[in-house]
Amino acid sequence: MRLNSAAAVAARKGPRRATHLRRYENLTAFAFLALNFIGYLLFKLIPILLALILSFTKWNFVSGISGVKLIGLENYARLFSDPVFITSFINTIVYAIALVPVSIFLALVLGVVLNEYVFGKGLLRLAFYLPYISSMVAVSIVWMVLFIPAYGPINTFLTNIGISHPPRWLNGSNSSLISIIIVGVWQSLGYNIIIVLAGLQGIDRSLYESAEIDGANVIRKFFSITIPSLSNTMFFLVMISFIRSFQVFTSVQVMTQGGPGNSSSVLVYYIYITAFEQSDIGYASAMSWVLFLLVFIFAIVRNATRSNQN
Amino acid sequence: MMGYMRKKLISKIVLTILMVALSITMLIPFAWMLSASFKPENQIFDVPVSWFPKTPIFKNYVAVWNSTVPFYIFFLNSIKVSTLCVIGEVVTSALAAYAFAKIEFRAKEFIFWVYVATLVFPLQMMLIPRFVLFRLTHLYNTHWALILPGMFTAFGTFMLRQFFQTIPDELSQAAKIDGAHHFMIFRKIIIPLALPAFSALIIFQFVTSWNDYVSPLVYLRSESLATIPLGLKFFQDENSVSYGAVMAASVCSLIPIFAVFLAFQRQFVAGIAMSGIKQ
Repeated sequence: MRLNSAAAVAARKGPRRATHLRRYENLTAFAFLALNFIGYLLFKLIPILLALILSFTKWNFVSGISGVKLIGLENYARLFSDPVFITSFINTIVYAIALVPVSIFLALVLGVVLNEYVFGKGLLRLAFYLPYISSMVAVSIVWMVLFIPAYGPINTFLTNIGISHPPRWLNGSNSSLISIIIVGVWQSLGYNIIIVLAGLQGIDRSLYESAEIDGANVIRKFFSITIPSLSNTMFFLVMISFIRSFQVFTSVQVMTQGGPGNSSSVLVYYIYITAFEQSDIGYASAMSWVLFLLVFIFAIVRNATRSNQN
Repeated sequence: MMGYMRKKLISKIVLTILMVALSITMLIPFAWMLSASFKPENQIFDVPVSWFPKTPIFKNYVAVWNSTVPFYIFFLNSIKVSTLCVIGEVVTSALAAYAFAKIEFRAKEFIFWVYVATLVFPLQMMLIPRFVLFRLTHLYNTHWALILPGMFTAFGTFMLRQFFQTIPDELSQAAKIDGAHHFMIFRKIIIPLALPAFSALIIFQFVTSWNDYVSPLVYLRSESLATIPLGLKFFQDENSVSYGAVMAASVCSLIPIFAVFLAFQRQFVAGIAMSGIKQ
């Protein structure tokens, strides 16, 4: 403490003292950073490097470190001729492209309504937040039972309202991915609504007031004020939703294990199976860089537009 | 004007009814789960659904309590892991965030840039290399494999830094002239002013850590070490034919996090909004 008060005064006294102060500030900063940086190094930077190195190797984990073989780009080449990988990749894209617009559109409409046009906002919002804060394992288990084709409540209901051949949901190879998307939309709505509501708080109320004086109706206000004012929020939401969707895993692992066949296999699920069930660490690492690339592209677009705005 | 007000009121009532209907639809899976957990196996799929079982039974909850690994073990594991993760993260992030926000030092821009750049790497990407590291260091199949990575996140650092930057420098300058050093400024000025950001981060990370499924799935093998999501999966694998018991286990797994959420809803929502809007 004395040291620093001396240093603070020294700042005004001359160049030598100023250097001293700077060194002191540097040391203090590194002391503040040290703990976090060590953890960051061990659990983030080193793993990233390791993931890169592993992707150039052939390695069955069971064989120990001596079993690591460098094989160059072979793992990456293999991706293009692996039908399961290609299916999983396409399914991931389909999942994201279907989920993101539906979930965001619903969240936008619901968010606007929940922001001011209803009684009991707080309680109503809660209903949409609960799925989001629930663990995906628990909700997946419940949806699995709801989806049971022969006697599950969803199909019983559909049969009762006159649909004679309801979908086989998780058990059908045409409907398994759609079922997972439905659960994904249901669960992600809460997050999206929170972001939309936060965005709505930032809109200047006087815009609406002057529009009302001009006689604009609700629909007109929505399209002329709400949507344009929310464009940054919505853009962020679209990007972050894609990034999250590319990482879909738990619902697939719990509800379908990628099946029937590979009809609902997704990228992360296939990485998981390859790495931890088939112990093909190298190949799985190469696949994880494909995941990274997908995420990276969207993160770059998001950041680029963010710096444009500033 | 009267007509306009009345029209507004009517539309508000109509929308409220509509939203109530929608929110009930959203909650059906939970209602069904809760209802099934109190029913004997042969009534679970009754048509039409009886939402309130005439004679609720508790057999399913007893089964959850008496499973291979009793459910309370998973609770204790989750509480331990999530609490340590959050404490560790808040401490390490706050210190680092202070350095980034309030101290001028060499290579600051570069180091911060590296932090932000690696935010892009998703958790799923870290699974394989961390698994390898944990196997080599014998942290595999211990709680440390979950706690240690959770204690050091670039996300917490980033979020707190954003908040610290909004605290005017004049405050710390004044303290400096009075002879306060950085740690004192951090403790006496920054922390008290940043309490809302801290509570938001704590709740947000607690829920995230509590619900994390993929890390325990990959880094743990022993059922007795499982946190709630993984424990629930184990339970489901062992009792897949007993829907009532599985539903009861799901209810048990959700109650604590619902309670936390209801108690700290405002902080949680603020945490999400902060993570989203200010990034």
